[in-house]
Amino acid sequence: MADTLGMIHFFGVTKEYPRSGVALADVSFRLAKGEFAFLTGASGAGKSTILKLAYFDETPTRGEVRVSGVSSKDVTRRDIAQLRRRLGIVFQDFRLLDDRTAEGNVAFALEVTGARSDQIGPRVNRVLTQVGLAAKSKAFPGELSGGEQQRVAIARALVNDPFVLIADEPTGNLDDKATRSVFQLLRDINASGTAVLMATHNLELVRRTDYRRIQMDHGRITSDATPARGAVAELS
Amino acid sequence: MSIVVRDAVNAARRSPLLSALSVTTIAFSLFAFALFGLVALNIRQALEDVAERVEIRAFVTENTRIESVVTAANEIARYAEVLSARVVSQEQALERARRELGEFSDVFEAGILPASIDIRLRPGFRDPRNVAAVAARVRTIEFIDDVRYGEEWIAQLYRLRNLAGVTGIVMGLAFAGVAVIIIGATIRMTVLARAREISIMKLVGATDGFIRRPFLLDGVAKGLLGGMIALLMTWAAAQVLERYLRFDATFFDERMIVFGIAGGALLGLFGSSFAVSRHLRKL
Repeated sequence: MADTLGMIHFFGVTKEYPRSGVALADVSFRLAKGEFAFLTGASGAGKSTILKLAYFDETPTRGEVRVSGVSSKDVTRRDIAQLRRRLGIVFQDFRLLDDRTAEGNVAFALEVTGARSDQIGPRVNRVLTQVGLAAKSKAFPGELSGGEQQRVAIARALVNDPFVLIADEPTGNLDDKATRSVFQLLRDINASGTAVLMATHNLELVRRTDYRRIQMDHGRITSDATPARGAVAELS
Repeated sequence: MSIVVRDAVNAARRSPLLSALSVTTIAFSLFAFALFGLVALNIRQALEDVAERVEIRAFVTENTRIESVVTAANEIARYAEVLSARVVSQEQALERARRELGEFSDVFEAGILPASIDIRLRPGFRDPRNVAAVAARVRTIEFIDDVRYGEEWIAQLYRLRNLAGVTGIVMGLAFAGVAVIIIGATIRMTVLARAREISIMKLVGATDGFIRRPFLLDGVAKGLLGGMIALLMTWAAAQVLERYLRFDATFFDERMIVFGIAGGALLGLFGSSFAVSRHLRKL
């Protein structure tokens, strides 16, 4: 079990919904420690379903998902809560609490885990500085741009020092400049040792990097490859 | 301030209208229940007052020595069921008859009515079975000529009392059920208003217990507040009844008041627990 710590492992995973049918069909892949991988594919290809299975918001109909040693076969609600404290999850729609400031939103992720109150302030400041928003820590989400809101969401995801960041279309609501800036932030986070699994429609973003690309179509993985280094034009 | 308390206070501050609506709904649900309780309490009290008048009258054979009658009365007074046994002489019997019954107003001949032993029973022994048992025992005393206790009247009274008791329990349960449903629905609105916050809490690793705690505290606080408001409204209603209907209403005693307010808090607690657990199961 120790060799699976810090990894996401899908073993022949199928996910079926009673009304909409098969969302994933016999999907197997492994995300290693510190790896960066894109999940690409059209809408309905199964990208979000993979991410939901990875943070145990869904359970497989068949097969097994194993994340950092926690298996979908015998996971409990408490295991899920404990596991999510070691995962960072970021969404296209940011999912911030509008009535809390940037630092309040980040602190929220620590408070729910029972962190000591004297540790919360310094840790919140550290991650807000890391995402470049220390100066706007007192701002409410409505006072921030989309890119800034996504940075707050990333700060919230990072504050518990996750081993992997799961990002579902994190740049989907952002303009080009904000997209580049948020993506660079994700790369920096990955460079510091945190794995990133990112679902995206933005093929331009994907093509300009040499990260692993898992291509999805109709619930199946159609390709899973990492471009050779130097074969891509890096983002400016 | 602990996170649980702060979270509960902040949630109430963020949606004051919803909080006020919850407290008001709980208060009115408990008020309806308390009003019914007050009516049931007063009916029971009225029946108790009537039951207190249950009395066994054992008539003594003429020419029995008064010492024997007094000895027998003392003996009867020692029965476990008996509250008091009083000797009523022929003179006292006539005096009472002249006082209570108009047709005796011009009768002055003492020997016309027999002496008796008037027996009153302790609370809890005034039901038809116990009354009949004591009467039968008294009847075996040698100089007792006849024993009367209004057999049919007591049976009627107890039928009425049982009916009132059963009706009270059934209606009380119905009122309590309605209160639970209304309070549950109100608290569910509070939970739904915070559904987004709950889903974010789940995403960042909050346990179900952590999510539930502020809601439980919120439910208890609203239940307590609603209970106190309901008590005030019930007290005001009782005052209006007393003043305008000149009805000497019995109000809840201290134990019932504490029980009622604690009941409100428990309703809030269970309503919250049910609503938030149901919501969490879907996540």
